[in-house]
Amino acid sequence: MSEQEIKNLEAIFDLRIANDEKIEPKDWMPEKYRQTHIRQISQHAHSEIVGMLPEGNWITRAPSLRRKVALLAKVQDEAGHGLYLYSACETLGVSREDLYEQLHSGAAKYSSIFNYPTITWADMGAIGWLVDGAAIINQVPLTATSYGPYARAMVRVCKEESFHQRQGFEIMMTLANGTPEQKEMAQDALNRWWWPSLMMLGPTDAASVHTEQSMKWKLKRKTNDELRQQFVDQTVPQAELIGLTIPDPNLKWNEETKRYDFGELDWEEFWQVVKGHGPCNKKRISDRVNAWENGKWVRDAAMAYAEKQEAKKLEQAI
Amino acid sequence: MKNWPLWEVFIRSKNGLEHRHCGSLHASDATMALENARDVYTRRNEGVSIWVVPSAQITASDPDDSSELFEPAKDKAYRHPTFYELPEELKHM
Repeated sequence: MSEQEIKNLEAIFDLRIANDEKIEPKDWMPEKYRQTHIRQISQHAHSEIVGMLPEGNWITRAPSLRRKVALLAKVQDEAGHGLYLYSACETLGVSREDLYEQLHSGAAKYSSIFNYPTITWADMGAIGWLVDGAAIINQVPLTATSYGPYARAMVRVCKEESFHQRQGFEIMMTLANGTPEQKEMAQDALNRWWWPSLMMLGPTDAASVHTEQSMKWKLKRKTNDELRQQFVDQTVPQAELIGLTIPDPNLKWNEETKRYDFGELDWEEFWQVVKGHGPCNKKRISDRVNAWENGKWVRDAAMAYAEKQEAKKLEQAI
Repeated sequence: MKNWPLWEVFIRSKNGLEHRHCGSLHASDATMALENARDVYTRRNEGVSIWVVPSAQITASDPDDSSELFEPAKDKAYRHPTFYELPEELKHM
């Protein structure tokens, strides 16, 4: 294809997206669109899969059966969300094995929030309330993104996500209304998860390299700073409702803008964790690699069994 | 050893409705594909019946052929009831 022909195709492609048409797997697409989507969808899938680890830590130690079944269901949903997203990503022509390899080698990223440890039960509350809360804000606009398989996967994910946030908030509320020790545990979890949750919404607009292109492809509808403001505005009254304090001395209602002003984020910490120097980066990846490598014999045995059964069927047919 | 093949999953949400494509998954054989589909796609009563089909078995039309395949139908307005002019007095037809 000549350069001019590609330019024409790109112009038609951009127009289709501008007209809210969806792009489906076999449609022509610019190579950059394909690569950007592989990167974003796989990052999203990896985040769901790695996101099971910090919570898996507490399943056996949940304080009641009610909490245990809810946490188990939430972690199972995350596995499901990872699988919806991996299969959406594979429609772009990349194999599942390649995607896993990229995660295991560190070539692909996942949400940095999962590199923080879960040291008390209250962390299960804070993660559901704040981390899933921030994730919902990030994800809802993606249900209308331009790539069909991604948009459809996101519809399913968003439908299932709101129970996650509610179960987390209920845990925080129960602790906040409990003994002084329990309330302190809830406050401590909020103190530790607040800033990393704000960072989940991505670097500031000034430092975000992909925003403009992503807006055009509807991979993004609002900028990171707008999403962060939305998260702060919706979460502050929720904290007040259960008597917890947001750990930000600069947090203040702004009567003029009708929004909360809040303090500066520690971006140095953000980039350190992204670069692999967070408290649990190594542990998370080694847990994933071990799960994959130690499961190899099971995958091989299942495949050997399937091939044997297939051969038997053929034999009987003859 | 070979990797687990890809399967397309179709779910009937309730009797009276058709099976609809909802996504795909990897499994070593059809039995496992059904079991995995149940866990991945019907955790909240989304289905009463599941079909799984090896993705490699699906033949799909090429989007490049869309115009010759689908455009001829566009100028056949006479296939729609609104094409026919009927007297005002005729209320129901």
